[in-house]
Amino acid sequence: MGGNNTEPFGRSSPPTSSSPFRSPQPLPPTTAADTQASVYSSSSSSSVSLASPSSVLPYVFLFIFAACVLIGFVVVVKMLGIVRRQASIGGSPSTVLSEALRVFRPAVPASRNYSSAKEMTVREALNSALDEEMSADPKVFLMGEEVGEYQGAYKISKGLLEKYGPDRVLDTPITEAGFTGVAVGAAFQSLKPVVEFMTFNFSMQAIDHIINSAAKSNYMSAGQFNVPIVFRGPNGAAAGVGAQHSQCYASWFASCPGLKVLMPYSSEDARGLLKAAIRDPDPVVFLENELLYGESFPVSAEALDSSFCLPIGKAKIEKEGKDVTITAFSKIVGLALKAADILAKEGISAEVINLRSIRPLDKATINASVRKTNRLITVEEGFPQHGVGAEICTSVIEDSFGYLDAPVERVAGADVPMPYAANLERMAVPQVEDIVRAAKRACYRSSQHAVAA
Amino acid sequence: MALVSRSSSAAAALLRPLSSAAANVSGIRHVTTDTTPITIETSVPFTAHNCEPPSRSVSTTTAELLTFFRQMSLMRRMEIAADSLYKSKLIRGFCHLYDGQEAVAVGMEAAITKSDCIITAYRDHCTFLCRGGTLLEVFAELMGRQAGCSKGKGGSMHFYRKKAGFYGGHGIVGAQVPLGCGLAFAQKYSKDETVTFALYGDGAANQGQLFEALNISALWDLPAILVCENNHYGMGTAEWRAAKSPAYYKRGDYVPGLKVDGMDALAVKQACKFAKEHALKNGPLILEMDTYRYHGHSMSDPGSTYRTRDEISGIRQERDPIERVRKLLLSLDVANEKELKDIEKEVRKEVDEAIAQAKESPMPEPSELFTNIYVKGLGAEAFGADRKEVRVILP
Repeated sequence: MGGNNTEPFGRSSPPTSSSPFRSPQPLPPTTAADTQASVYSSSSSSSVSLASPSSVLPYVFLFIFAACVLIGFVVVVKMLGIVRRQASIGGSPSTVLSEALRVFRPAVPASRNYSSAKEMTVREALNSALDEEMSADPKVFLMGEEVGEYQGAYKISKGLLEKYGPDRVLDTPITEAGFTGVAVGAAFQSLKPVVEFMTFNFSMQAIDHIINSAAKSNYMSAGQFNVPIVFRGPNGAAAGVGAQHSQCYASWFASCPGLKVLMPYSSEDARGLLKAAIRDPDPVVFLENELLYGESFPVSAEALDSSFCLPIGKAKIEKEGKDVTITAFSKIVGLALKAADILAKEGISAEVINLRSIRPLDKATINASVRKTNRLITVEEGFPQHGVGAEICTSVIEDSFGYLDAPVERVAGADVPMPYAANLERMAVPQVEDIVRAAKRACYRSSQHAVAA
Repeated sequence: MALVSRSSSAAAALLRPLSSAAANVSGIRHVTTDTTPITIETSVPFTAHNCEPPSRSVSTTTAELLTFFRQMSLMRRMEIAADSLYKSKLIRGFCHLYDGQEAVAVGMEAAITKSDCIITAYRDHCTFLCRGGTLLEVFAELMGRQAGCSKGKGGSMHFYRKKAGFYGGHGIVGAQVPLGCGLAFAQKYSKDETVTFALYGDGAANQGQLFEALNISALWDLPAILVCENNHYGMGTAEWRAAKSPAYYKRGDYVPGLKVDGMDALAVKQACKFAKEHALKNGPLILEMDTYRYHGHSMSDPGSTYRTRDEISGIRQERDPIERVRKLLLSLDVANEKELKDIEKEVRKEVDEAIAQAKESPMPEPSELFTNIYVKGLGAEAFGADRKEVRVILP
């Protein structure tokens, strides 16, 4: 099974009863495996690097000491000021003290995660989005393998079982076809299921229900019932998990009318798009990325609000530019931004578009950008044939042919099942250099030799 | 012959000859409103697996029996008319007919309410009718017209009536079973005290997702009743060629099951009543309805290459569900031959009128091609075959 945390949760014997509709079973005591640290220490090749605790500790202490000294100094100065003021209007010593304490006591922020008030990992973003939507609407429930007692295979649903109980956070047996069908049936009856696939590779076992039962039902019934369901989970390549656990399903699902397909990159994307997906009355396939779960992004105050929502069908221009347009989604956005930095040093100003929504595709934003830059690179992790890039390329040819100054470049995963060996794996997914090279070709800046087959 | 006892008279077994001359020909008997409870025995006792079978004595009324007769005659006539329409090419594609199996739909409906849910596969015309659908909606949908229950966009296999708890209408064999368990899940989640009947055939009984859904239903105590309409043939494959164990009511292992004579509407009613009570208290149950279809699998299957005509006519003679109720009505002196024939004539007229009306209904507007893809289209574009010619913004 894919997954970067294979620690057993800490239960030594099976529970006597696992029915979620009986009284909730007490959770076993948490183990060290439950803390976030072990989850981060995966084989992930994420760009976030975590320093080991022992080397950082002395600096932390030094910082705390310096902060105390500074605060002490400020308090003393302010107290002197207060005493002088109170003395001048005849205030009592107790008032002075309480005033001083008010100055001294730092404001405690309302957010439970004090240390990351302005930054959030994608994992936290997804967890908070699920939490808020479940809190707002009692019809929302979560179903999937290990989402409950295990706290989520990737800890996305951490704490939700405890908060909402086993009636709303349901651990399923390993039977994707069965439980996906059950979830779609529940959605027929106007509940709002969020189905987690441990990875989307396993969604293939349930794909009949996603396409034939969920996507097409509103149409076949001429509007008699809609299916407000969200299918979510990690998609695409992880690190070293091999051919059966690494496929990207964006283009398969995005070709199907009746589905909406969303792919977040940053934490703000994750929060806003997942909330939008859960609220949407149509079936949504929400493709996450395992390697992004641990990455931290800054989030605005607006994004932290529980009513925050991003529009479905709208892309985001992550970086403005004028020479070449690079479209990307999910993890690849990070690579595209790095490529843009490299290109900038060479005098090429790249515009990076984070698609966010694969179906509906924001053709307007893409075309407006291409009309500005006249060159297009599409980048994706999945297989190239019949991929997302192919659709974008054709759309641009249809709408903005006259604006293109160079053929559209399509950077995608290699046309092979994902190999295991690290060097081959590296060759099977787009790297920053690939994006840079393609951009230069589009700008007629590279030498015209093809890679030897 | 069914044994009859009336609660109003001494408990003596009455057996009237079919052509009862003692019928009261003068005056109109208001039998349709007679709700005096009577008890009829089912044709055969129930066979149970892991549970106590319900009693063979079914409580009913003469009014209900007449309703059974009328409804089943209507369904029979409707399916035969659909056969002709298909042969005259007014119905296209797939058409799976239910004649022979009417008792299952009618008996089930008698045991439940419209708040309970039914979901079935593609042999759904009669089930739709029982759930309150009209003949016009059936024929118009079969012919792909606007007056159809799915506005002509679904076809024979995609009839739905959500307001009456009928969830279709599914073309993928076996998919309706997990969906049905999902309906039961929602019923339990919302504490509705209602149940779902998920119907499937002997062919679908071997599907893996069925066992997955059954496991989940048993694990979570869902009020789901899985009903195997065993007509003994999965398309052209007889049950003994497809299933190692054709005892479908036992397939649930730890889940109790009941084998029912599916040609006896009263037995079906009793079993469904029993199943509903059971499911609300104890979770899922399997019902196996021993039934038969006279037509082939679909209109493109003559139905005689894998079974003998003698078999088909034999069942028609011995076990036809409408004949059973007819004999019952005659023996109880509820109606005479002429009155029953009149009902059949009425029904035939109704069907013919509905067909005429359905033929008048127009085909869907071209704009309907792009409706109901999404509830919220978000202004996305959808294209026709020639993208430059046909481009639509989804509202």
